[in-house]
Amino acid sequence: MSAVLVAEHLVRRLAGEVPVTLIDDVSLAIEHGEFVCVMGPSGSGKSSLLYLLGLLDAPSAGRVLLDGEDTSRYGEDELANRRLEKLGFVFQFHFLLAEFTVLDNVLLPMRRLGRRDEAAQQARGRELLERLGVGDQAGKRPSQLSGGQRQRVAIARALANDPLVVLADEPTGNLDSAAAANVREILRSLTHEFGKTVVAVTHDGAFAAAADRRIGLVDGRISDGWPPS
Amino acid sequence: MRIELGVALTHLTSRRRQSLVSLTGVVLGVAFFLAVSSLMRGSEKDFIARLIDNSPHITVSDEYRVPDVQPAELRWPGAALALSHVKPQNETRGIRGYRDKLAFVESLPGVRAAPVLLGSAVLTFAGRLQAVTLSGIVPAKMKGVSTIEQKMTAGSLDALAANPNGIIIGSTLAERFNLRLGSTLSVVAPSGASRAMKVVGIFHTGNASYDQEQTFTLLKRAQSLLDRPNRANRFVIQLSDPYAAREMARRIEGTIGYKSVSWVEASEDILSVLLVRNIIMYSVVSAILVVASFGIYNTISTIVLEKTRDIAILKSMGFHARDVRNIFLLEGLIVGLLGSALGVAVGVALMRALAEVTVKPPGVTEVVHLPIWWGGEQYLLASAFALGSCLAAAYLPARKAGRVHPVDILRGAT
Repeated sequence: MSAVLVAEHLVRRLAGEVPVTLIDDVSLAIEHGEFVCVMGPSGSGKSSLLYLLGLLDAPSAGRVLLDGEDTSRYGEDELANRRLEKLGFVFQFHFLLAEFTVLDNVLLPMRRLGRRDEAAQQARGRELLERLGVGDQAGKRPSQLSGGQRQRVAIARALANDPLVVLADEPTGNLDSAAAANVREILRSLTHEFGKTVVAVTHDGAFAAAADRRIGLVDGRISDGWPPS
Repeated sequence: MRIELGVALTHLTSRRRQSLVSLTGVVLGVAFFLAVSSLMRGSEKDFIARLIDNSPHITVSDEYRVPDVQPAELRWPGAALALSHVKPQNETRGIRGYRDKLAFVESLPGVRAAPVLLGSAVLTFAGRLQAVTLSGIVPAKMKGVSTIEQKMTAGSLDALAANPNGIIIGSTLAERFNLRLGSTLSVVAPSGASRAMKVVGIFHTGNASYDQEQTFTLLKRAQSLLDRPNRANRFVIQLSDPYAAREMARRIEGTIGYKSVSWVEASEDILSVLLVRNIIMYSVVSAILVVASFGIYNTISTIVLEKTRDIAILKSMGFHARDVRNIFLLEGLIVGLLGSALGVAVGVALMRALAEVTVKPPGVTEVVHLPIWWGGEQYLLASAFALGSCLAAAYLPARKAGRVHPVDILRGAT
């Protein structure tokens, strides 16, 4: 297997009267098809690391290589293009657009990329929703769905442009245990059924247990001692 | 752009009341812009039309714009000269060789001209006196350059042509002196020469001063009475294209040398007042649209504020900053386009209603309709200004939306 996502000596500092270091010299490599969980106590920098890996935030030092490309030399628009083509995001709160139907939410990234015609986009959107078990909800608004269903729609949206990596930030943090288990299984299945790489940040031990690899993060640094045994 | 349009439309339709209020502002702004503009421009055009119809397009007089240069000044240019005991040449005033000059003027394309000898005289009738302006005219030519024939309430210019001792007077003078067609009065020139003349026509223009003090007689009779044989001191000129008057006056003056004043030059003060009036009018009606644009700014700012999280999500998906900016600019554009279209419709309805309004100006017996201008450029101007205002109002919130940093929002939300 080859590394699809590589972080080299990543540092993220917030400037201010008292500078805060969120990520401190983190290096890691994530292979194709891997399901990796990043764990750590609150405030350890898990989400910050995910934003850096997801090209949403720029590191203060170090670099991120996505699919072999050094992203540190890219401008804002090129980073946005890489996110659109190669990355998919799932957040703790579903963050679906309330005025759009479930299907339209899934179609948004495809429409922005514009590589498929409308019929093909519709077909893929419906197929994704079917595979994630919410095909019958396509015409509804997000407000008409349960938390678990919304999160599945969010996963479908993340998969819309067939990304290399799906990044999930506490994807089960806002769900009951049954829904959380369902989402966990779906994310796990992404590596097997869809051949995706999944990087998830979580507090959830059960979720982490399903991962191929767990990375501990304490005070912005990778720690082998987390979670404590 | 299609997806941005979709998001923009969704934002606007999901906030129907706010969007409707913004839209109403633009609609009313455009409609009032059109109503006021059509009324003001209509009255301006009506006024200019009256000005063009009722006064000569060009008047050539027996004056020079620049006085003759003295031979001594030509001999010693720029020198300090003092001339004394110079006796000005005493000559008969008037346009020298007016027939040749008139023939030249008449040879110009789209030009009709008539010679006039203008002078002062005193009318006496039954022991009463009235100082008048005596215009010696050639009736056949005068018909082509003046509306006086249409203003005749009795008699005609032809009657004047047929009667060498005929005179046409105004209605006010006729009433004052109790004159009627066929009445004979006495005309006394400044030189003291006097002649009995018969009233062959009475005109009424509505201008009391003109109707009392203006009289017309044959050119030859005026020449003999005023002791200016073979002279005319005015050319009254009408053009097929009144708006070419300034250029044509310049050409005539350049060729014949005498001062030629176009109606534009003669009415410069009035036209500049109209210009100032238009500037004030457009400032006021534009202010309505500017106020309306604040409504749009408010609506789009609120949407940006409410949708910050959605903007962050769109950007995390891979939308560019300009995509996000475009969404909100499109919202402004949609309100502007819809507002302009509906505003033009409401504006036209208002204009039609105004066109039906009748007024009776003081001193005028006829009832007149409000003059409405239907010219196309005002619709374009109103729509363009509305669109510009809407886009300008949308620009600031759109720029703010484009600058949203997704991590700041996502970090705050989780």
